[in-house]
Amino acid sequence: MIRFTLNGQSIACDAPATERLSEVLRERLGARGTKVGCDAGDCGACTVLVNGKAVCACLMPAARAEGARIETVEGAGDTLTRLRASFLRHGAAQCGICTPGMLMAASELLSHTPRPSEEQAEQALGGVLCRCTGYRKILAAVCDAWRDEPAEIAPDGPAVGARIARLDGDAKVQGDVFGADFAPEGALMVKALRSPHPHAAFAFGDLAAFARRPGIAAVFTAADIPGRNAFSVIPAFADQPAIAADTARFRGECVAVVAFEPGALPDLADFPIVWTPLPAVLTAAEAEAPGSALVLPGRAGNLLIEGVVRRGDAASVLAGSAHVVEGGVTTAYVEHAYIEPEAGAAWMEGETLCIRACTQAPVMDRDDTAAILGLPVDRVRILPSAVGGGFGSKLDVSLQPLIGLVALKTGRPARMIYGRGESMASTTKRHPAQIWGRIGCDAKGRITGLEVEGRFNTGAYSSWGPTVANRVPVHASGPYFTPAISAKARAIHTNGPVSGAFRGFGVPQAAVWQETLYDRLAEKAGLDRLEFRILNALRDGQTSATGQVMEATGIHACLTALRPHWARAMGDARPEGHWLRGVGVASCWYGCGNTGLPNPSTMRIGLTGAGKLVLHQGATDIGQGSNTVIPQIAADALGLRLAAFTFVGPDTALTPDAGKTSASRQTFVSGRAAQAAGQALRATILRMANAGDGAKLSLTGQFVTVQDGATLHRIDLAALPLDPRGYAISAEETYDPPTQPLDANGQGRPYAVYGYGAQMVELAVDARLGRVKLLKIAAAHDLGRVINPQLAEGQIEGGIAQGIGMALMEEYITGRTDNLHDYLIPTTGDVPPIESLILEIPDPDGPFGAKGLGEHVLIPTAPAILNAIRHATGAVITQLPALPHRILAAMKEVRR
Amino acid sequence: MTDYSRPSRLRDALALMAGGGWDVLAGGTDVYPGAGAQLRRSVVDVTGIVEMQGITQQDGLRIGGAVTWAEIAATPLPAALAGLQRAAVQVGGRQVQNVGTIAGNLCNASPAADGVPPLLTLDAVVELDSANGRRDVPLAEFILAPRRTDRRPDELVVAVRIPQRALGGKGVFLKLGARAHLVISIASVAVRCVTNEGIVTEIMIAAGACSPVPCRLPIIEAALLGAPVAGLAGRIRAEGITASLSPIDDVRAPAGYRLEAVAELLRRALEGAAG
Repeated sequence: MIRFTLNGQSIACDAPATERLSEVLRERLGARGTKVGCDAGDCGACTVLVNGKAVCACLMPAARAEGARIETVEGAGDTLTRLRASFLRHGAAQCGICTPGMLMAASELLSHTPRPSEEQAEQALGGVLCRCTGYRKILAAVCDAWRDEPAEIAPDGPAVGARIARLDGDAKVQGDVFGADFAPEGALMVKALRSPHPHAAFAFGDLAAFARRPGIAAVFTAADIPGRNAFSVIPAFADQPAIAADTARFRGECVAVVAFEPGALPDLADFPIVWTPLPAVLTAAEAEAPGSALVLPGRAGNLLIEGVVRRGDAASVLAGSAHVVEGGVTTAYVEHAYIEPEAGAAWMEGETLCIRACTQAPVMDRDDTAAILGLPVDRVRILPSAVGGGFGSKLDVSLQPLIGLVALKTGRPARMIYGRGESMASTTKRHPAQIWGRIGCDAKGRITGLEVEGRFNTGAYSSWGPTVANRVPVHASGPYFTPAISAKARAIHTNGPVSGAFRGFGVPQAAVWQETLYDRLAEKAGLDRLEFRILNALRDGQTSATGQVMEATGIHACLTALRPHWARAMGDARPEGHWLRGVGVASCWYGCGNTGLPNPSTMRIGLTGAGKLVLHQGATDIGQGSNTVIPQIAADALGLRLAAFTFVGPDTALTPDAGKTSASRQTFVSGRAAQAAGQALRATILRMANAGDGAKLSLTGQFVTVQDGATLHRIDLAALPLDPRGYAISAEETYDPPTQPLDANGQGRPYAVYGYGAQMVELAVDARLGRVKLLKIAAAHDLGRVINPQLAEGQIEGGIAQGIGMALMEEYITGRTDNLHDYLIPTTGDVPPIESLILEIPDPDGPFGAKGLGEHVLIPTAPAILNAIRHATGAVITQLPALPHRILAAMKEVRR
Repeated sequence: MTDYSRPSRLRDALALMAGGGWDVLAGGTDVYPGAGAQLRRSVVDVTGIVEMQGITQQDGLRIGGAVTWAEIAATPLPAALAGLQRAAVQVGGRQVQNVGTIAGNLCNASPAADGVPPLLTLDAVVELDSANGRRDVPLAEFILAPRRTDRRPDELVVAVRIPQRALGGKGVFLKLGARAHLVISIASVAVRCVTNEGIVTEIMIAAGACSPVPCRLPIIEAALLGAPVAGLAGRIRAEGITASLSPIDDVRAPAGYRLEAVAELLRRALEGAAG
């Protein structure tokens, strides 16, 4: 028996002596506020205080807790309480998975330094990784935690535009309930057996004997899958088995699942399987070489798809251009590295299979899981957990069909929690890209034409390869008027990790190519790099590469907003000692929603007879803020206070389909649906009261009061019959962006709404070590209409942090960097101060004019960094990440 | 069946280990990563052993094997140990520094162990004890190869001792990584330098992450000994570095870059150490 105090309470607990303290807290004591992100001390998510000192609970044996005073995020001390309030006030929690670790690490600091400097906070929190926030608001919150001040909550006035704390923030600062944090009584623990080879055939030994071992409840293989053992996020391409049948096509592919009894030590060491490694195709170049083995039968030339945009005759335009630059870039596999590895639970409720797991796309999960398990969709219910970061990878199903299979076949609840290595090996990555081409301009610096070709390593299965291949050519010019263009992007299969969606769908890689070339083109034309961009910025009425006539085009305003910053920064950019200073700029544009395909969202709002106002909100909030932004929009559309709302969902049984959280579409598309639903409900109320459009609504108990000038109407909700949705009055509205599919030349109207941005990076390069020190980033983004400035800044800062990682340190190498100490993501000390310049050029299609933002914010960062490195040193970096040795080598190349 | 023991007296720990079959657990920062929900082997948890605590004066300094990096950083120590104290705040994050021990850092025998180069410049001696008796091994002879040391399975690293003669001068430690915190060194350099009237009278230099085991750079040391403090950096010859080091290409950096980085880090460290 181990005895200690947990948040002041005496605990006596029977646990194996060397069990991780994190395991004891979470699984034996049910204190799941403490999160586990890596089980290796690399991420700090499990930070707790032991006798006042911050430690990783995953590295501490249970027995050492004997007699100790242990504090966790479940505690209620003064310091923790003030930290929580400050985190809410500053918007320091986004997805919330790192928040408990951050709060506890900060608690240790504040215990001896109540008013720390930013540098002290940065040091103290350097051991906790966050993938969402970019750390700036966390540092601000820690430094400001000495103040006693509540966060701003729902305002009395308009909700749209208000800087309110996120509505789901309270849960985040107390340790939210993520995929791994819900454990149905008696749940089996499911483990996957995964391929150690990038390509291998396999055969099983005596599975029945293995299944009879003590502690093992069941073993399942592809043979047990009752439905279609193939899925893809794009149904037409369904090619990925939930469990591979006889051949594994990438390292980490699932070949069998084992369900362990609760409490049994899950051990797959002697699983009866014989592997026969097969030759593997590992790079897109190999895969495209004539005669290369096929990764998937039927995909000739290992080509998944090629996307094309052609407009004008780029080749002859370039031949006649005053200036032409040519070049190529190579980018790496990039891992999403959300701090929450995939996790969830499944159970049967009668005939219905319920799955509560982290996801970005509940309805797609439902449909894929139903197809794999041979169930009608109405027998699968997806209840998304809180999601500890997604960034695109949690769009694809991962464990849903596996735990679904176990629950369905055994009738018992089942849980699964991916380990860090498993998460990194088996889920999708950003496509490694090779992009090369030419851009030209006339003597005055006006862009004339662009030719580009990109090869994207899409890995073993389709995932979002088609989307990347289609998006890249559309965006390959950047937000600049380009009369003639030829852009091609191919998604190529290899036996590498599956490449899928990652914040920007290939556009960030393409931006690295085009924006670094634009710097060189500006120089050739004799123009300042910022002025070159302003000169060429797309304007209203001009056509894009796809022939779309642009409107509400914000890039000119974004670039112009950077002018004073640029002038100041260029003046500051003088070398100091061995530090060479540089300034770089890059732009982004990004179409919100699916590319030329239907992309609807539906929202429902109802008023019960008792006067409860309910928003059925099916958009999953993976930290980006839709749980807050969509209600803000709905409140103003309806004309009732935000505080009056209660929320249902997301839950496929209770919320209409709000599509997936991807493509920067939720604020725009689901926001428009929420706006429409709010307006429809308002119209109903006004009609019932026979009131005019300008009437003011209020809700008191069961009564809706409608004040129309001097006239006051009162609607008694309790007196109304229930409508078919079970409400006294309700509205449900769908919005689908008006797009047109692209034709064979990539011409059409792929997106209804685009968002724009430009970022300016100031940095210093260590002339002799090649190390980069970022000094400041100014980020100008056109949001159309900012729904919540604090959440918008959070998106900007977090996207920039991921851009920094992509530019300077991140490279996933299968089997080599599948942990968080070899795979580096930015820490508290790697993100410089960020100044957000938010512009509002309203889009006629956006809710209250709003445009998407989530992916835009990452796109300019990496190229702006590379441009600043070149400005500082002359070095042209053509391979990401720009590790110190690559920068130093490129600097030597210049001197040669 | 695995066992766990957390003795408070050294002799109890050594008696257990004499029986065989025990691994050593200190901070856990190298033992737990990669393990499952619990450890699969029996461990002696040394963090409670009284004889392995504290930093004391005893013919120089004695740093108990279970002393954590956070304790090393927080203890007022002679300037010769400034490099070690700098390394102490760069070993992992705060959470790792709060539990990670000096003995653990040595016994883990990573080529990139940040504690080792500064300790090499302090002529550190590893104090090993077992039921069969005590022995002292110079640090330079203790770590044999990556993940391999001279410690026998029945022995504990009880303390690390810095002899009085190595407590002079000023220590500096510089590490290079691809990010600010929680980063495994691409290269690291430690220097301890004693000067008298503008002349280097004693100098020790070591590098990490550039050879299977962090090691001293004797050719460079010889070139700088007796030299005027001004312009030390200019006396570093690349041959002196390449002769002592054998870096590898890995995901963090290629070998050639590591050698250049060591030279540059060394120039900067010398400015700090001699200044």
